Amino acid sequence: MDSICINESRKQHKWHYNIKYLIVGLIFGVLFVKAEVVSWFRIQEMFRLQSFHMFGIIGSAVVIGMISVWLIKRFDIKTLSGEKITFNDKKFNKGQIYGGVLFGLGWGLTGACPGPLFAQIGLGATVVIVTLISAVAGTWVYGRFRDQLPH
Amino acid sequence: MLEMIRQPWPWYVAGPLIGLTVPALLILGNKSFGISSSLRHACAMCLPGKIPFFQYNWKKELWNMFFVLGVFFGGIIAATLLANTAPIQVNPSLVEELSTYGVTDFSSLVPSDLVNWNMLFTVPGFIMMVGGGFLVGFGARYAGGCTSGHSIMGLSTLQWPSLVATVSFMIGGFVMANWILPFILSL
Repeated sequence: MDSICINESRKQHKWHYNIKYLIVGLIFGVLFVKAEVVSWFRIQEMFRLQSFHMFGIIGSAVVIGMISVWLIKRFDIKTLSGEKITFNDKKFNKGQIYGGVLFGLGWGLTGACPGPLFAQIGLGATVVIVTLISAVAGTWVYGRFRDQLPH
Repeated sequence: MLEMIRQPWPWYVAGPLIGLTVPALLILGNKSFGISSSLRHACAMCLPGKIPFFQYNWKKELWNMFFVLGVFFGGIIAATLLANTAPIQVNPSLVEELSTYGVTDFSSLVPSDLVNWNMLFTVPGFIMMVGGGFLVGFGARYAGGCTSGHSIMGLSTLQWPSLVATVSFMIGGFVMANWILPFILSL
């Protein structure tokens, strides 16, 4: 159930090893803004079927992702440090439905999934910090009451 | 050239580039793309309490925090160096609908009529920013991932539970945008 949070790399690295992820994140953030994925209006258009834009973005991203993963598996491509790239299967649980719908409701309200929240703050919408803190609080409340929730 | 980059990028340029994040993170260090995990790491760092869900070695997951910090810096760069000065294009029927709620400012990707510090202290603003944020954080973790972890990484690796999650995201979004949000905005 927690596979998404498990770091598969067993290698130990110094903190500056992480700078490259900051750079990928930066490029990703620029892409997010220039593609208007962080736009509240684009998200509203998507959910009202008024524009193809967001469907095109997600669809083409998934196609490129699929081809990349297939190539990595097919040619057994290694990481830069020579490690084998691993994939772990996600197991189904009802949380994907209940949590998924709740997430969707939040996405339709804020017009932002977690990534765009960070980019929107960078855009200068400082009040989105409140939305982000609220999202951290939501995560915490889930962790706290996880055992009582149907999965 | 710079003029062109400053325009909004079409989906067929931006979408494939976003997809390339998947192999980039895998090849850089065997990392699975996923952004909402950063919210969990924030909990594990700051307020783990005695909650088992937050008891893990978050220091090994720091890369994820660097990544989201990068997304934040990316937002700054896009808003300054690469800023688009023209008003954003919005579907006319959405423009018309939004005008009935007093939303008329289309100069920013974040609707400044709805998302600002003053609106935070109104009922619709509070529901949107605080309520919406809470649902995003709670729902993403409950679902085991968000749009990046499930809809992009999960679908790329052909995980059917991620398809279930993605369809659920869309159902929630459709219900909110078409039926609940109009009510909230009219409050």
